[in-house]
This record gives sequence, C-alpha cells and structure tokens, in this order.
Amino acid sequence: MTGASSIPLYWYQVLAALLFTIGVVGVLVRRISLSIFMSIELMLYAVNLSFVAFSRQHGTMDGHIFVFFVMAVAAAGGAGGLAILVAIFRLRSTANVDDVRLLKG
Amino acid sequence: MPLDWLWLIPALPLLGAIVNGLGAGKIPRKLVSAIGTGTVGAAFAIALGCFISLLRLPSGERVFVQTLSAWIDSGDLSVPIRLGLDPLSAVMMLVVTGVGFLIHVYSTGYMAHEKAYGRYFAYLNLFTFSMLMLVLADNFLLLFFGWEGVGLCSYLLIGYWYQKPAAAQAGMKAFVVNRIGDWGFLIGIFLVFVTFGTLDFGRVFAEAPERLAMGGGLATAIALFLFVGAMGKSAQIPLHVWLPDAMEGPTPVSALIHAATMVTAGVYMVARCHILYTLAPAALMVVAVIGAATALFAASIGLVQKDIKRVLAYSTVSQLGYMFLALGVGAYTSGIFHLMTHAFFKALLFLGAGSVIHALSGEQDLEKMGGLKTALPRTHATMLIATLAIAGVFPLAGFFSKDEILWYAWKSGQPLLWAAGVIGAFLTAFYMFRLYFLTFRGTSRLTEEAKHHLHESPNSMTLPLVILAVLSAVGGLVQVPLIERGGRLDAFLEPVFADVSRVVGDAAHAGHAPGEAGLEIALMVISLVVALSGIFVAYRFYVVDPETPKRLGERVKSLYLLLFNKYWVDEIYDRKIVQPIVRGSVSLWKRVDAAVIDGAVNGIGREIDRAAGLLRLAQTGYVQVYAMILTLGMVVVFGYLALR
Repeated sequence: MTGASSIPLYWYQVLAALLFTIGVVGVLVRRISLSIFMSIELMLYAVNLSFVAFSRQHGTMDGHIFVFFVMAVAAAGGAGGLAILVAIFRLRSTANVDDVRLLKG
Repeated sequence: MPLDWLWLIPALPLLGAIVNGLGAGKIPRKLVSAIGTGTVGAAFAIALGCFISLLRLPSGERVFVQTLSAWIDSGDLSVPIRLGLDPLSAVMMLVVTGVGFLIHVYSTGYMAHEKAYGRYFAYLNLFTFSMLMLVLADNFLLLFFGWEGVGLCSYLLIGYWYQKPAAAQAGMKAFVVNRIGDWGFLIGIFLVFVTFGTLDFGRVFAEAPERLAMGGGLATAIALFLFVGAMGKSAQIPLHVWLPDAMEGPTPVSALIHAATMVTAGVYMVARCHILYTLAPAALMVVAVIGAATALFAASIGLVQKDIKRVLAYSTVSQLGYMFLALGVGAYTSGIFHLMTHAFFKALLFLGAGSVIHALSGEQDLEKMGGLKTALPRTHATMLIATLAIAGVFPLAGFFSKDEILWYAWKSGQPLLWAAGVIGAFLTAFYMFRLYFLTFRGTSRLTEEAKHHLHESPNSMTLPLVILAVLSAVGGLVQVPLIERGGRLDAFLEPVFADVSRVVGDAAHAGHAPGEAGLEIALMVISLVVALSGIFVAYRFYVVDPETPKRLGERVKSLYLLLFNKYWVDEIYDRKIVQPIVRGSVSLWKRVDAAVIDGAVNGIGREIDRAAGLLRLAQTGYVQVYAMILTLGMVVVFGYLALR
C-alpha cells in the first residue's frame, strides 16, 4: 500500500454505486437497444470497480481474478448480444426495443 | 369307449366354433357344414359311448369326475375346470348332443341360402360347447360359465339377422331379462360360497343337510336366489317376456336354444341342486306355484296367437312351467323326463314349423296357411306326431311325461296345482291342434306367390324331422312299466336323487306306492280324456265350422284382446319399469351429469381461463417493463435485507 492510494474505500464504493445506478436507469429509460446494451456494460464495470477496490483493501487477488472473468464473459455476451441486435436490425430496420414485443400476452 | 374321453364332448364343438368362426367367409360352405355337423355328431357318438360305459358300472357308482386343469386358486376359493358325469348330466348330455346334432343337420338345409353361413355354424357350435359345459360342470362357477355362454350365444343367434331392427331388439331384450335372472343366480352362488366355503357340487350337496337347517332362512334364501336365475333362463313368470321375442332368430335356433336345450338349463339347475330345494320346502312351493301359473298363463296366450312360431314359443314357456311344477312337488325325475320328451317333440315342432315357413318362402302367419297336407306330406306326418305327443295322447312321449307330472302334483296334496296342470293340458291340446288344423287342414289361404313357390323341404331337413318323430313317438317308453314301480329312467336317475329320501324320509318321496295303481290309472284316463276333448274342440272350431272362433272372439272381445295382447305384460313392463328407468336416466343425465358434473368441470376451466386472461395483461412484451419489475423486485429484496 502506497501513500498515493490513500483514497478511502468508501469513495470507491460510492463511485461504483453511482455508476451502477446510472446503468440501471439507462437500461430502464433508453429505447435504443445499443444504448441499453452500453448501460448494461456500465453496470458490469461498476461491479468490477467494486471488486478491485475490495481486493486492494484486503490485499488478496481474488477480486482481480474475478474481474477478469467478468470481462471475459461480458465480452462473450457482448459479442452474442450485438449479433442479435444486428440481426434484429436487418429484419426490422429498427433498433428501438419498443418495436420488438413478440412476447406480448 | 373309456370314460376318459369325456372332455372331448365339449372340446369338439369348441374346435368347430373356433375353426368356423376364424375362417368365416373363407371356408367353402360344404366344409363349414361338415365341420359344424361333424364335430357335434362326433360329440354325440362319444357321449353315447360314455353313456354306455356309465351304464356298465353298478348303479350306485355311476359317477365319473375328470379334472382338466386348475382354474381359479385364490385364498379360500379354489375352482378347477372339472367335468362330472352322473346319470343326470348323462341324460342332459345326450339330449344336447343328440337333438343338437339333428338340428345342425337340419340347418345345413334351412340356412343354405344365407350369406353368413360360417358365422351361423360358429355360433351354433359355440352354443353346443357352452351348453355341454353347463351340464357337465362339476361346480357352481363352471356351471355359471356355461350358463353365461349359452346366454351369449342365444343373444348372438337371436340377432343373427342383425340388420333387422326387430331381431336386434329381441336379442337385447333376451340379454337384459336374463341379466336380471343372473343377478339372482349370482347372489345364490355367493351365498353358497359363504355358507360352504366351496363351490364344488359334491361337497356342497354332501354337507348341505348338516350345514343348513331344514326349512331355515338361509336354505330358503339360497334356493330362491338360485331359482331367480332359473326363472330368467327358463322364461318363467315374471321373466318370461324375452322368449316369445326370441323367435326373431332363425327357426333352427328356436328349436335348439329356445325349445330343446338352453331354456331347460333352469330345470336342470334346480334338479342338480335338488338337495338345497328339498331343505327349503317354502322355496319348493314357490317353484311349484310359479311353474303351474306359468303353464296356465302361457298356454292361454298361445290360444290366440297368429304367428306359428309365437304359438310354439308360448307353448315352450308353458311346458317349462310343467317341468318346474314337477320339480316343485319334488318329482325331480319327472321334471327331467318331461325335459327330455319335450326336447324331442318341441324341437320337432319348431323344425316342422321351419319347414313350413321355408316352403312358404318366409310366411309365418297362420291365417295365410291352410291345406298344406298334400303339398308337404313328410312335414305334415311328422308334425302330426309331434302335435299328438305334446297334446298328451297315448302312447306318445308327451303322454307319459305329462301324466307323470300330473300324478305327482295330485300326490303332493295340492289339488289346485293338479287342476292347473289339467286345465293347462286341455289348453295345450287345443292350441296345438289349432296350429295343426290352421296349417295343414282346411282350405288353402296362401298368397298366389307363396303357392307358386310351394315345395317340400330337402332331405337334409326332413330326415331330422323323421328321426325326431320316431323319438317323440317312442321316447316315453324309457319310463315303462310306469305304474306302481318306477320306470327305467327313474331307476337310472335314482342314485342322483337318492339323497332326498335321506333328508325327508322315504314316505314323502316314494313315487309309486303299491295299492295306488287304480287311482293312477283313473288320473291317466282323465288326462287322456282332457287331451282328446281339447283336440275335439279344436276340430269343431277350425275344421267343421271355421267361423266359430271369429264369433267367439266377437262375443268375448275383451278376453280375446287380453289374450291376444299377452295380458299386456310387455306394455305394463314398459310403462311401469322401462319408461321410469329411461325417464330417471334422462333426468340423471340432464340434471346430474350435464348440470352438476359437466358444470363443475367446465366451470373450473372457465374460471382458470378468466384468471389467466387477467394474468396475461402482465405480459406486455416491453422488455423494459420486465427490467423494471426485475429492478423493483431487487430493490424490495435488498431493501428488506438492509432494513431488517
């Protein structure tokens, strides 16, 4: 632990929570599928930030490792999700999620 | 022929039924006839052989039991498939195979033009098999198997022309009425099993005198319930209604099933269980009264019927009544004797009637016959013998057996039973000769078309008539010397019924006591005079002055209508039993099934559908609504955890 890192854990958590909340709100309010997707990514990185902060606090590597997993999985999920978005766009010429509601009961 | 061949007697007709049944339509007609008649003929030959072997044994040891296989073994219930041959079943077996064989031969001629030839013979063979199982069974359950088997074949054969609604209806009626009888029969069997713990004839009858109190309630209940079965099968009041309708079947079927064999199953069963009936005098009295009432009742209906087969059907019901009268007064041998002679002459009468119907291209109305004597010489001669026999004219078979029944009725100390029998005998002589005169004598009332086709039947039909005529003529002689000492049939059947005298003492059973010969001869003369006067009246009515019956019918119109409409029994049953059941069923259907049960099931479905309709609203399809709900859910859960 060096002096430069004297920012307390508390701030990291507040920042992570803020980022996460921005992500949630983005998912809930944006209509464009690509924006929703980006908001999801924001939520994931908020969690990553939290992991890293805790990992440093405790001086263990568990959190770091976990972050790598999250990034890897998010990348894989992003690839699949983007493919779906492109496919929907090709079929319907729209990126608005309100136009895609086949599950309506 | 060794007695071990006994199993072949029912097995051969079964084989014939299987082959003809599976190959129906594929086997050529000649082969069908050969299989159908051949198996029954061979069964008759073996039956004769077994009978002779049985005769060779000393009188007291004439019982042969053959276990074929285990059948049901469950807890206390152990029922093997076991055949038993004793003098009683031997007589029945010979009647069934002998008369059955003749009727099979007759059928090859009578049914020659039918399309479903193989089906007919398959049913007929199956019937013979079932009937043989019935008479050879060694326990109640196997007897019941045969009992239901003959009922099924009766149903199938009544409805042989199933395209005809009347035939299909008659088959159903026979089946349903017999079901009522079988209900009682089954209860009787259950009671036997509960009481004795076995259904084996030998053990039940041997233990009956110890286990059942003389005249006790249990003995009476068993006897009466078994008799309900006999009433159904043997068409006794009040279950007689199915037999006349059964005439919708082919005539040889009427002869075999509804005259000679199946309908006598009830008589056989009561005779077989005679020890149970002897222990229940009240039940025996019921048997006698129902028998006498039926004899009189059915004979009176027979007086005015116009369909030749219906006259014979009511005559059969009436003669069965005589048999039950005999059983009811304890004269079991006489009942079986009459069963045998009746099988001969009634089968002959039906086959003769069939020959007439065949000759007239299907005409059954007595009013459209007449004067057939010259056209059908063989049919006429044999029918005359049978008519004389059933009327009870000396020395033909019917005289001996009917007279014996009347004698025992007289001896039973119930003059009313005797009187009913004598009046019945008069009516029998009258209606039988009415049938004879209307058919063969007088002027011809044939339609032009029938006249054109008129022909004597082929040999395959007349030959059985001749053989049965011989049997009807001399069949009574098995019972000579008649008076004072029992006849030969008495002696032959004596070991079967010997246990009766052990229960009630010799006095009650001794048939022909010495010193009563004079009385017996006097009664014989009375019944002969009665029969002859019946014939004479019929002669006056239908030959001398054919207008008499019409005038008489006009004068006592209500009585005539009552008889002609069979006392409206069918109508009363329809009104009082069938219609209420139908109405009740319709009401159950509409009020319970449709309203309550369907209503509950459909109502639950409808409510679920409606609830689902509400739930559907939650499924908007907006992905962000789902996300919102997810988020809110999480907020609630975490909020709860945080604030706890």
